[in-house]
Amino acid sequence: MAESFGRAAPVRHGIRAYLLIVAMWVRSTLTYRASFAIMAVGNAAGSGLEFVTILLMFSHIDELGGFGLPEVALLYGSSATALGLADLLLGNVERLGARVRDGTLDVLLVRPAPVYVQVAADRFALRRIGRLLQAVVVLGWALARVPVDWTPGRVVLAAAMVVSGAAIYGALFTLGAAFQFWAQDAAQVQNSFTYGGNAMLQYPPTVFAKDLVRGVTYIIPLAFVNWLPALRLLGREDPLGLPSWVDFLGPVVAAVVCGGAALAWRAGLRGYRSTGS
Amino acid sequence: MTADQVDGQVDGNGPEFIALEGVEKVFRVRRKAGRLRRVKQEVRAVDGIGFRIGRGEMVGYIGPNGAGKSTTIKMLTGILVPSGGRIRVAGIDPSKERTRLARRMGVVFGQRTTLWWDLPLKDSYELVRRMYRVPHDTYRKNLDRCVELLDLGPLLDAPVRQLSLGQRMRGDIAAALLHDPEVLYLDEPTIGLDVISKARVREFLREVNATLGTTVLLTTHDLTDIEQLCRRVMVIDHGRLMYDGALDGLHGIGGSERTLVVDLERELPPIEGVPGARTVKVEGPRQWLAFPATQSAAPVVAAVAERWPLVDLSVREPDIEDVIARMYTRSAPKPRTPEAR
Repeated sequence: MAESFGRAAPVRHGIRAYLLIVAMWVRSTLTYRASFAIMAVGNAAGSGLEFVTILLMFSHIDELGGFGLPEVALLYGSSATALGLADLLLGNVERLGARVRDGTLDVLLVRPAPVYVQVAADRFALRRIGRLLQAVVVLGWALARVPVDWTPGRVVLAAAMVVSGAAIYGALFTLGAAFQFWAQDAAQVQNSFTYGGNAMLQYPPTVFAKDLVRGVTYIIPLAFVNWLPALRLLGREDPLGLPSWVDFLGPVVAAVVCGGAALAWRAGLRGYRSTGS
Repeated sequence: MTADQVDGQVDGNGPEFIALEGVEKVFRVRRKAGRLRRVKQEVRAVDGIGFRIGRGEMVGYIGPNGAGKSTTIKMLTGILVPSGGRIRVAGIDPSKERTRLARRMGVVFGQRTTLWWDLPLKDSYELVRRMYRVPHDTYRKNLDRCVELLDLGPLLDAPVRQLSLGQRMRGDIAAALLHDPEVLYLDEPTIGLDVISKARVREFLREVNATLGTTVLLTTHDLTDIEQLCRRVMVIDHGRLMYDGALDGLHGIGGSERTLVVDLERELPPIEGVPGARTVKVEGPRQWLAFPATQSAAPVVAAVAERWPLVDLSVREPDIEDVIARMYTRSAPKPRTPEAR
């Protein structure tokens, strides 16, 4: 046990513990394969309906806010993929409030693994992969159709968009969970930003009021999940007329909100440990 | 056994494994006072506690509800950060190095499981093995012993949520011991269990303490747990340590009484003339006789059986609340009495 505890050691231990718990839940899920398959398909169908709505809309119109179907599909696919990833990997942190209320958080605190990792990995829901796959299919279809000249730089931008988008959503899940250290029933507030934000980001920013777009750019930085980088990929101006370098800030914004979420989580946990439940 | 023996064990054998000095835990709560006004109030859940426990000791930690037992355990395990004072467990400050200490301790909460609710028991154990990095042979050895002594064999494939309270408790205790912890904390391990389950849990704990030398600190409401397991008992009330020593001594100080309940053949006038005992209650053919807890029940039973038509009998131990209440009335006036709460 007395290994060399370098600076990276806690992170490595955390990831190891995460994978251990996740592996256990995956194995336990797969003992009932039929049930898992039905849940995963149902999960995909549930989120797929949102895209069917978009398809139906485009059977009557050719453009939405100046965006064609492949372009809207790019927005839909990128946001849904990012949310799907974050939800699959970290979505269970939203159950923190229930754990604080019923006292089971104490149980996690006596185990030799970071509490955050245990909360995030607990009851890992592999069925959420259904939603993720559905989103990836739409994203793949959109990437093949959009009129973009794929240079290496644009490929990197597209990949960075999905990864930082997932990180931003993950940070929002974490912020929401951290808030539950103080207000145990606040899961819905965070849901309105993550799931609600996703429902909004699936449509072009041009269809929304400018104040709303400002809000999701400057206050809750959802615009960096897909709007700004996707507009850059598609060679369009953003409705706020921001300087062009802002479009590349996704990873920076993601790093900042993740840092903020980590601080909030620490503060919440410290508060819990000094006040009890 | 005398208090001296217990003290000798503390100072003599081994290092001070657990050491607390002036430990405090103050909760600030907001209480409603009127429609909108909130009054901030300080609750001193633990109010300057100090004790030492040697390696391999088995100590009972008792007190009424809300006395500060669980808060102390939470501070010892690193769940809560003390507001003041100093805690060392195996030389480690629990609140600072929680995860490092976690590998060396086992915790059982009577009220909630440390197992994964939806996983079969054996998967939970497997996860514990990996999380605590228990070597395979140690794991095998410990699991086999627990399965045998706690009779877990038929339960291993059942999800934890399907287990009865007694089964779950046995499962929890096994999980807490798989990684060879140096110290085991049990918070109300027998609460809600039936007589057979209680007996099995006690027997197992005694075995673990005796053969593995695991240090054990257990909180309980049931004085029988202490009687059968612990040579040393600590009593806490209102966040303060009221007593630390042998159980007999506690009864001596408190002047507490045991009760002999006898069922006679028919209704008779109150039993009289039994040395050391007095009749405190009569209800039809059933009578209650109180006698000092330090005294053996045998002569009282013999004296009653000799002169009265005895059908059945049972002996009731004093409960903790009673013992503590007596401690207050016997000792010099304390700043706060239980009634003042």
